[in-house]
Amino acid sequence: MNEPLVISRPAEAEPAVAAPAAREQGRRRRRGVQAMSRPSRWQIYLPLGLYLVFTLVPFYWMVVFAVRPTGSDSLLPWPITLEHFDTVWNGMGFGLFFQNSLMVGLFSLVTTSVIALAGGYALARFRFRGKQVFMVALLCTQFIPGAMMLIPLFEIFRDLGLVNTIWSLVIAETVFQLPLSLILISGFVKNIPVELEEAAWVDGCSRPRAFFAVLLPLLRPALVAVGSFAFIHSWNNFLFALMFINEQNKFTIPVGLSYTLGEFSVDFGALAAGGVVAAVPVVLVFAVIQRYLVTGLSAGAVKG
Amino acid sequence: MAIAVARRERRGRRRTVSRSRTPYLLIAPSVLLMVGFLVYPIASVFYYSLRNYNLTRPWGNGFAGLENFRRLLFEDPLFWQSLGFTAQWVVVEIVLQLVLGLALALLVNETFVGRAVARALVFSPWAVSGVLTTSIWMLLYNPTTGVFRYLADAGIGEHGTSVLADTGTVFPAVVLAELWRGVPFFAILLLADLQSIPRDLYEAASVDGASRLRRFFHITLPHLRDAIVLSTLLRAVWEFNNVDLLYTLTAGGPANHTTTLPLYVASKAINAKDFGYGSALTTVAFVILLFCSILYLRLSKFGGDRA
Repeated sequence: MNEPLVISRPAEAEPAVAAPAAREQGRRRRRGVQAMSRPSRWQIYLPLGLYLVFTLVPFYWMVVFAVRPTGSDSLLPWPITLEHFDTVWNGMGFGLFFQNSLMVGLFSLVTTSVIALAGGYALARFRFRGKQVFMVALLCTQFIPGAMMLIPLFEIFRDLGLVNTIWSLVIAETVFQLPLSLILISGFVKNIPVELEEAAWVDGCSRPRAFFAVLLPLLRPALVAVGSFAFIHSWNNFLFALMFINEQNKFTIPVGLSYTLGEFSVDFGALAAGGVVAAVPVVLVFAVIQRYLVTGLSAGAVKG
Repeated sequence: MAIAVARRERRGRRRTVSRSRTPYLLIAPSVLLMVGFLVYPIASVFYYSLRNYNLTRPWGNGFAGLENFRRLLFEDPLFWQSLGFTAQWVVVEIVLQLVLGLALALLVNETFVGRAVARALVFSPWAVSGVLTTSIWMLLYNPTTGVFRYLADAGIGEHGTSVLADTGTVFPAVVLAELWRGVPFFAILLLADLQSIPRDLYEAASVDGASRLRRFFHITLPHLRDAIVLSTLLRAVWEFNNVDLLYTLTAGGPANHTTTLPLYVASKAINAKDFGYGSALTTVAFVILLFCSILYLRLSKFGGDRA
């Protein structure tokens, strides 16, 4: 539930900066030395091809079943029909679930980003009593199992009257995303030289103004990461939604999806089409951070 | 604010130190949320574990002492069974994900045509949810829609194979589905770390005549050590707690063969509404998780000087 995706970020920030020079140097030297044995093309393409089959066949299977007409046995996505999408979107309520999930995802994105930005800035730029304890506590939260918070969180939300509202999900998602988001943002802020802000102060900027004018633009990559992780997480979350929401018009996509499942389910077209609906937003968000991730990781190869 | 700035000015270089209330105000929302919705709930789990607390039988509620724990340890075979399966699940998943993830990271770290596209594609299942993974693999495993049916049509294997209903095949089947989604996590993390290894090290080793295998064991692996320790630990905790996939793919079946401890907790909470007993299970799981994590960190630090 509290998937530690974020960890990859800080680690990746350094090599992007450190690698280029070393790599370029290496490339120049290699031409002279010619001693390093490199894997042949087949040693790369063959295992990679096999792994790609493993990765892509499942996606392909889902898409084929989503678009092929009922009764067809073909494994090629032709002819295409949209009947299954009509069934899930209008008949099974996925249109509504989509809206609910989108609301939860966007609200979690905003609350997580804003709260983590404030806290992360404080952790990076101030020394204050209790900071060490707080940092250790952040790490400890990684051992808290989401499934095990179901009971007490349900109690709290019931007492607050938030059961069967999207706010229970927004709060739960934000709380579970906060620790890693705080660590990530404070790490990013620490890597930005404080002199930049100091220069702004000297020029007469107040601290808040320097923050918004100088620091915030530089933090954009961190905010993209934190925001998209928060969105992906709440879009994907199943257990909280299952526990806190039991009115059908408030269901989120994963809960709706779970109702299409069943080993001997009759409507495989609906199952697959529901899956495609669930996948599209996440795949879009992933495509955005993926590009950013790949450029960040391979910056060395391009810039030199 | 003005006073704080003035004070900073006076102290010259140490101007990032502030005695003002600013940092506390900035951190307050995080602290309040975490106390209210993480710390307090954990405390109440410990408290509930000492009580009879069942939503469906409110008349029996009250203080129970250690009764829940006694039942759990001595009268509940499903607890021990789920504990055993949890260990099996976590170990098998983590070992396979690490090995495949490392191999994948090494592969896409090489320079070749189409590398950016290959990376995007092989990493893509990382963003997919547990329920969606279930949807996809249910189609693949189903006897009428799955791969095995088409293989049987082609003369390989036989019709009507239902891997999820057979106690002999269900474990490899769920392991494979989770691998599909889990390997990219390790690959992304280890790839980031691979890029930080200075090229010179490899070149120096090649000049000295070290084979590719030796370079891997003497340069790559030691360099990745910390990343491996950290990622396996985080992922192990995550796989331990991972409920979505198993809950939807097998619901712990057939015959509770794939019930992990958190899945058992979730079904106690969601289906049986037995909060007291569920909380006792939670407490035990929490203690086990903490103990194993500390042990793992100790052991991995213990071997630290080898590198």
